[in-house]
Amino acid sequence: MTALTIAYVMLFYAATLVLVGGVGYRIWQFATTPAPLKIPTTPAPVTTSGVAFRLAREVVLFESLFKANKWIWVFGWVFHAALLLVLLRHVRYFQHPVWDVIALVQPVGVYAGFAMVVGLLGLWARRFLVERVRYISSPSDHLMLALLVLIGASGLMMKFVAHTDIVAVKAFFLGLMRFEFQPLPADPPLLVHLTLVAALMIVFPFSKLLHAPGVFFSPTRNQADNPRERRHLARWAAALGDGPTRRQP
Amino acid sequence: MTDARDAKVPDSPPDLPDPLEMPAIACGAMAHSRPYPATPAMQQALGFAGELVPDWKNKAIAKMGDLVGKYRSLKVYLDSCVKCGACTDKCHYFLGTGDPKNMPVARQDLFRKVYRRHFTLAGKYAPWLVGAEDLTEEVLQDWNTYFHQCSQCRRCSVYCPYGIDTAEISMAAREIMDHIGLGQKYSNEIIGKVFKVGNNLGLPPKALRATLEGLEEEIEEDTGAKVRLPLDEAGADILLVTPSADFFASPHMEGLIGYAKVFHAAGAKWTISSKASEAANFGMFVGSYELMRDISLRIREAALELGVKRIVIGECGHAWRVAYSFLNTLAGPFDFLDPNYPKPQHICEYTWDLIQDGKLTFDKSKNDHMKLTFHDSCNVARASRMGPTPGGQFEIPRNIIKAVCNHFYDMAPETTREATFCCGGGGGLLSDELMDLRIKGAQPRMRALEEVVKTNGVTHMAAICAICKAQFSKVLPEYNFDREMIVSVHQLVSNAIVLERAPDPDGE
Repeated sequence: MTALTIAYVMLFYAATLVLVGGVGYRIWQFATTPAPLKIPTTPAPVTTSGVAFRLAREVVLFESLFKANKWIWVFGWVFHAALLLVLLRHVRYFQHPVWDVIALVQPVGVYAGFAMVVGLLGLWARRFLVERVRYISSPSDHLMLALLVLIGASGLMMKFVAHTDIVAVKAFFLGLMRFEFQPLPADPPLLVHLTLVAALMIVFPFSKLLHAPGVFFSPTRNQADNPRERRHLARWAAALGDGPTRRQP
Repeated sequence: MTDARDAKVPDSPPDLPDPLEMPAIACGAMAHSRPYPATPAMQQALGFAGELVPDWKNKAIAKMGDLVGKYRSLKVYLDSCVKCGACTDKCHYFLGTGDPKNMPVARQDLFRKVYRRHFTLAGKYAPWLVGAEDLTEEVLQDWNTYFHQCSQCRRCSVYCPYGIDTAEISMAAREIMDHIGLGQKYSNEIIGKVFKVGNNLGLPPKALRATLEGLEEEIEEDTGAKVRLPLDEAGADILLVTPSADFFASPHMEGLIGYAKVFHAAGAKWTISSKASEAANFGMFVGSYELMRDISLRIREAALELGVKRIVIGECGHAWRVAYSFLNTLAGPFDFLDPNYPKPQHICEYTWDLIQDGKLTFDKSKNDHMKLTFHDSCNVARASRMGPTPGGQFEIPRNIIKAVCNHFYDMAPETTREATFCCGGGGGLLSDELMDLRIKGAQPRMRALEEVVKTNGVTHMAAICAICKAQFSKVLPEYNFDREMIVSVHQLVSNAIVLERAPDPDGE
């Protein structure tokens, strides 16, 4: 086995560990931090199933963003929807045999790769062209977009410019999962692609990519509007007792 | 108000400035606007440090860590923002001033950059990369300046794809500042008065009783009906808790007269309490759960002492948020109240129920000298509900207005209901030294109002919030409107309600 293969084996184990452990830890933090007050942005659903529907609309359709700004919505939604298709297309590298639904997605996934890059470039353009968005952008905001664009571009290159031996790539990743390591082809676009993906996985739990789990824990979106019907009391608030907290002058 | 009343309805809408018109970015445009600091005595009365403590930086960071561990909202919102820009044009203070630090995300970032520096890996080791910064004196000044340019109206939270609510962050910033000795005079002085006297105004029970008796006489002179405004009457069924502005200010008082007439017409046994003679709860503005809770407990105590079966809240925006969303949490459970009614209930819910049951009689023509529009108050619109279905907070006040007035016109949909604009004076900013901010922050609402004045001949704007009413009385003239253009919803009810005259004791 080459040094290159060993390096990428290590890299992907480490990246997976950081991603799963890190995001898991952040989700645990979000879930265990108490929400002492009922603060749904109203009008809000009054039932739990209503809340599930509201969250589903946020996650699938980006409902609030649609209300806010059609340009951000178009670019953001196209990027995320395309990313989902691209990720589904990639599932075939991690399973054998391949599920029917994954096989079905394959042709769409190719075009989704372009849509993803277009969406990202649109979002990036706003960071330069819209004065308000330029004002709030940090270097990390640009870098994150650069990272995603390069991942998309290097991926598309392998399909349309310099073909990679994807059978070998698949063998490599199945090997990772089965602890039977297989050699990784040394094609530059592939190595760039994989390095950046690993970087993204490592950065995820420490960056604004936490918006992905965050949206499910947002009290303005995930609380039912029923404060008069059901008493809501956080543990630390209950510990204050029944009487006034402070001695009143 | 002659200008608006005489205005002819033009054939086509005139060319008016768009309420949502984007200002050019003007860095530092509002850097001068800062609240008066609370005095050491005001601070200490609430259990806060009297003045800026020597090791304020460490204290502030420690408090930040404490709050991030106690409030999921804060934790999730600090971690989740992607700087997409959806909120950047949604704040009335940004639209009115162009100061980029009044863009919700930029306001949050004043807090977030310190959080990142001290509580995140990236901020600790690569602050330049993620815009992390230490809490310097300059940053603290920015906090004091710009977290007192947020009226906690939550308009940004409607549009954020993650529901990030800047109010949660400005509340946390204010709590930290209180904690290290940098309190805001306006809010903290008022909270002190509530504890000491029972209401924000510091109006003692004797004066309150005299005021209520004066109103009873006034109503009898006007209508001939013996409408009572009882104070501290044990055994009443309903406790009315209303903002203390209703006892002295205009058009607030006209609203209070309206509630009294409705109670009278319904034959209800009701009372005001001198102990809880205040619905407002400025504990929310300063972000203190404990203060908000202590203020709320007065309502529970008063209700228990008077033995009432129901609690009804008067026209006040943030008070209704605290009452509707938080009271059960802060001072509940209210299992001693009548379970057949919502606990608590808004005066508009109460009145609308009576209207639907046909228990009130109106002469709508009494309001024919007015053409009305309705200003949705932010805390009612985006932080509470009325009635059984979501959105009732929009329909019920409008239904009441339409039941008592012949002429009603809504303002532009992008400025009403959940998209409503703050009056410019909410969230603890209704203070004279912030007048410049208040005038500029009112601009989007004033433009939307101008539109219906010019196209529909609207003459008056109704509201159900004491702060909105006080703020509009002050800023309407700045936009060339009459200051008396703002009215209470129950003032309209009061005008139109038909009461039976009391039998004349002399038989004349």
